[in-house]
Amino acid sequence: MSPIGVDEWVAQSGDRREQHSGLRGVLSRLDSRLGWWPRLLLVGLLALLYGKVLVGSNVNYAQTGFNVVLYAILALGLNIAVGWAGLLDLGYIAFFGAGAYIYALFSSHAFGSLPLATGGVILPAVASIPIAVVGVGLLGLLIGLVALRLSGDYLAIVTLFVGQAFAEAANNVAPGTLGGANGLFGLKGFHVGSAVIGSTIGYYWFAVIVLLVLMALLHLLDTSRTGRAWRALRDDPLAAEVMTIPVNKVKVMAFTFGAVVAGLAGTIFAAQQSSVFATNFSAQTLILIYACLVLGGAGSIAGAVIGGVVVTVAQQLLSSPIDSAYLFYGILLIVLVARVRPWRHLAAVIAAIVGFGFAAHAIVGAISHRATAGLPSSAGWFSGALRHFVIVPAGSPLTYGNLLYVAMIVMIIGVVQLKGIRRLMAVVPTVYVAICCWEARLTLDPGITAQIMIGAILIVMMAARPEGLLGSRRVEVI
Amino acid sequence: MAPLLELDQVSLAFGGLRALHSLDLHVDESEIVSVIGPNGAGKTTLFNVITGIYKPAGDIRFDGTSLIGRSPHRITRMGIARTFQSLRLFLNMTVKENVKAATYGGTHATPIESMLRLPRARREEREVEARAKDVLGFFGQRLQGYRHDQPAYVLSYANRRRLEIARAMATGARLLLLDEPAAGMNPNETHEITELIARLRNERGYTILVIEHDMHVVEGISDRVVALDHGEKLTEGTFHEVANHPQVIEAYLGRNPEALQK
Repeated sequence: MSPIGVDEWVAQSGDRREQHSGLRGVLSRLDSRLGWWPRLLLVGLLALLYGKVLVGSNVNYAQTGFNVVLYAILALGLNIAVGWAGLLDLGYIAFFGAGAYIYALFSSHAFGSLPLATGGVILPAVASIPIAVVGVGLLGLLIGLVALRLSGDYLAIVTLFVGQAFAEAANNVAPGTLGGANGLFGLKGFHVGSAVIGSTIGYYWFAVIVLLVLMALLHLLDTSRTGRAWRALRDDPLAAEVMTIPVNKVKVMAFTFGAVVAGLAGTIFAAQQSSVFATNFSAQTLILIYACLVLGGAGSIAGAVIGGVVVTVAQQLLSSPIDSAYLFYGILLIVLVARVRPWRHLAAVIAAIVGFGFAAHAIVGAISHRATAGLPSSAGWFSGALRHFVIVPAGSPLTYGNLLYVAMIVMIIGVVQLKGIRRLMAVVPTVYVAICCWEARLTLDPGITAQIMIGAILIVMMAARPEGLLGSRRVEVI
Repeated sequence: MAPLLELDQVSLAFGGLRALHSLDLHVDESEIVSVIGPNGAGKTTLFNVITGIYKPAGDIRFDGTSLIGRSPHRITRMGIARTFQSLRLFLNMTVKENVKAATYGGTHATPIESMLRLPRARREEREVEARAKDVLGFFGQRLQGYRHDQPAYVLSYANRRRLEIARAMATGARLLLLDEPAAGMNPNETHEITELIARLRNERGYTILVIEHDMHVVEGISDRVVALDHGEKLTEGTFHEVANHPQVIEAYLGRNPEALQK
């Protein structure tokens, strides 16, 4: 009897196709063999290693580590509503901010007389954290109830408004208490009795413990009836309702749980920074949290954490000129290696880029010495090599860089449209223009460049692997 | 004996379109009733009305309790589960999870209990696992073994129909509403589904209301057939009574041209 056998063979063809060879295959097999709890242990060990070994060598590493863990926690919370329940919640930042502000109110002189910095309510952490978390949970419940009437794009628009409204409210409502644009500062850190967490590394450890506990709890929740109900809701709300799942209740629960996590993250953030400002909770931060989730893979706990690591580290690297250059050229190389096959094509393309650069530099230099008189802005060991490679006019005028940027975008669009050998040929000048643009313009404004780069990483990621690093492939209707 | 499901003068209109008009219908315990009718007759609307997706005029009683005004998840919880003609599985969940998701209404552990794996959550999780295995096992080899952990989107069309039935069974329902269970199936699979529906009643004691276009299936399984057209009941009775009813023939084939000329 063959039908079942054939059926089975066809059904498993997808799995067979995904069995890669080489390093990728080894990694994917390791990924599928490693159980969930060993994986959590691995995260804990890595965090321990980082805190014990690396932080000792450089003070800034403590702050980076703390940011990584904080964003991982935020991404985990966002994953509940967005990744599991499929509710596009763009007001998530309000929960983060509310947690921070509520903590700040009960850990500063906000309720006293602010200018004199006396009085006020300063509660120990065992009281202030629960107050903030419960308060934010109620806020999540409230917004979840409003959101019941909405779905899809409409929900996104309304929640986006909520997020924006929070920043405005924090800025303008009751400046005497909330501090207005000056924010609230001089917050007392987490303390119980006389014990207080006073250093960044202390908050790092606190956040790591919160992260690990949260990962474990959320994993257990994911594999329970509630987790299944959320995922059913994401796939088909009507079918979920007809299959005994009270969709409205489950939606509000997703909002509330996400809010609680964000609120908890807010308290840790406020305590570590020992201040809160409305600008901490802008759309920009929201985008970063979303970037963590999308990059790591929505719907996956490990993915949210990996996303937090990747995005925060990338952002950190991009803020330093030397590191950002490594990142830029590294990504360039990785994309070329990953996308250009076979190897001889790759070698030809890289050789062509190098040749093209030096030739272009020589020709332009022969025509006008001034046009190549500028220096590349990258420091580090390769700036010397780049000097005769990139075209940067004397004084590096901004207009030149801006024009290069436009040219780069146009050329990238062109490359995407082309196919086969033409694409390979078009890649050469495009990469060269991108390098020139980087050296002449992008490194000059690290803040903006960081945004552009994270956007670019996301675009490349979405094109190469829409489900994110650790997400699983999602199918809508087939 | 009082009927398990009873519709009493049920009407539903979408604007000026009368989808259902003064419909009376009853399904007795352990009975298999087929609903037939041309496209647009109101068959699926009937299911939507029974499961609470639309709010009709008139009364619908299940086991003596009125269903009017109850939300769909409560109605299913009371014991009426359906499948969808258009197949609405949770495509990105595994086969087993699809079935487990439908046990939500029958379990009560709170999220906190689940997160801490307190005794009630653990016990319910064991029960749900057993229920899922039992329900999937009903379909023989089709949804067994390695299939349990496959996402629903890799399933073939016929297996998706089976999984829809499995999911409806997992809700703990007594009455199954099957919306065209044999649609899109090949003759072999159609034969299989006919046997399956009979087994659902004989082995598991379900009462079944089924919409079906395939007359071989209808003939093979029905205790009673109800013919609908334009939201009204044309007739009901045994398969042969209904199939030979002039109004039913007219609804399906149109009027006899010779008869028109007279």
